[in-house]
Amino acid sequence: MLKLEHLKKRYKTGPWVLKDISFEVPEGEIVGLIGPSGAGKSTLIRCINRLIEPSEGNIYLADACLSKLSTSQMRTQRRKIGMIFQEYALVERLSVMENVLSGRLGYLPFWRSFLRKFPSNDIDNAFEYLDRVGLIDHANKRADELSGGQRQRVGIARALAQDPRLLLVDEPTASLDPKTSRQIMRLIQSICRENGLPAIINIHDVPLAQQFVDRIIGLQGGEVVFDGKPDELTEDVLTRIYGDEDWHPEPQDDADELEQVEVA
Amino acid sequence: MGQLDQSTLWHSNNRRHARIIWGFWFITVLLTVYCWQVMNEETMWVFVYDAPEQGADLLSRMFPPNWLYINQLYEALWDTLNIATLGTLLGVILAFPVAFLAARNTTPSTKFVRPVALFIIAASRSINSLIWALLLVSILGPGILAGIIAIGLRSIGFVAKLLYESIEETNGTSVEAIESTGASRFQVINYAIIPQILPAFLSIAIFRWDINIRESTILGLVGAGGIGLFLSSSLNTLAWPQVTLIILVILATVVVSEYFSAKVRSLLI
Repeated sequence: MLKLEHLKKRYKTGPWVLKDISFEVPEGEIVGLIGPSGAGKSTLIRCINRLIEPSEGNIYLADACLSKLSTSQMRTQRRKIGMIFQEYALVERLSVMENVLSGRLGYLPFWRSFLRKFPSNDIDNAFEYLDRVGLIDHANKRADELSGGQRQRVGIARALAQDPRLLLVDEPTASLDPKTSRQIMRLIQSICRENGLPAIINIHDVPLAQQFVDRIIGLQGGEVVFDGKPDELTEDVLTRIYGDEDWHPEPQDDADELEQVEVA
Repeated sequence: MGQLDQSTLWHSNNRRHARIIWGFWFITVLLTVYCWQVMNEETMWVFVYDAPEQGADLLSRMFPPNWLYINQLYEALWDTLNIATLGTLLGVILAFPVAFLAARNTTPSTKFVRPVALFIIAASRSINSLIWALLLVSILGPGILAGIIAIGLRSIGFVAKLLYESIEETNGTSVEAIESTGASRFQVINYAIIPQILPAFLSIAIFRWDINIRESTILGLVGAGGIGLFLSSSLNTLAWPQVTLIILVILATVVVSEYFSAKVRSLLI
């Protein structure tokens, strides 16, 4: 479905941010992308829909080679790639409905979108997606009236409105509380299951990733250092990805800790 | 020993500071003396000695204002308001695309288009509306049209500069999000950028309108229509009571427009 071949990226003459990334994501698979800050997760995900231009390598979505398309051809491909963002990235002064319908922009000529004359089919679907994410009553509110979790649901509905073939998700839960985070992850997971959608999810929270994804790719310094099932993610692997750290501290009393410090 | 070092160090710093202050005052005094001398050379003191008398004489001729003259001013006042309003409208319409061409995040090319847009902004800002009017009156002939265009040209730079700064401050991730849906460049501007800059845009336009009311009152001095035309003809015929009334009318107009624009802006923000 999605295939990355030797993808590399550097900004101008800086160091390589991504060094030779290759992997495939089949239909319906949810991939969690983990790694320390600065490992290149956000860059990688943005190279796929070319919000950031990759420097070398190829990206295939179904039959199209995304990395070789012209800007206007890329726009028609972007319609098939839904994206969900860390800080929701809604347009706060537009209504919830306008935000969801903005997912249809790639399908509309400028004047229709300017006059907000969306096809009635798109509007019906938008209501359906709002219902799916549980915000049907908020359609006419302004986006900045909603809470964080609700805003992220609008972001999900907007991605759904694109009728996507692939979801790119960038830190969807970074500014949400643990319970809302789980709800959002569950929503993304069930949407992917219902539609057989593949997804790539950048995520910091390793236990959360393990709970909801089918496969984990670990990125470190712009290279893939782990690619496997969530339950294969051992302490050794975490150390390989993130560096040395005490991953699962045993419960112990203060005296023991003091001793350890002295020994160290 | 250490303490002694510290105290000498502190002392020397302080002395340097004192020397700078002394030098500053010395230069100020020199400049004052020099300027006084230049002023003395250019001034005919005979005229200055009787300034109080002249002032009192002028005032006595200016008062009371010629209140009845107001009946001839209504139309000119209306013209002035129209010059300011239509001029602002013209300026805002022209400034809108210029701002998008000048903003780093929306310009089609930072190498070629942006410098041109910045030049337009600088040119419009550096030429006073009175000078624009002077040029336009000689091209278009005297009248309101020259005034409107003068105000419009003068406003482009002001509006475009403030607007492009607010475009550059917009939230980039919202723009990314709209781009990622496959939207075209104009759709991105329409959906992601304009909603974010709209309050700033309205506030800038109203602020400029307020300034333009003030500027348009004097455009008549060079023949570009409005109440300034009456001011200059009253001045030329030494009709001082009329001049007083015109000044009062201008003052009232400016105060009312300032109050009005402050009200509207506080509603928007």
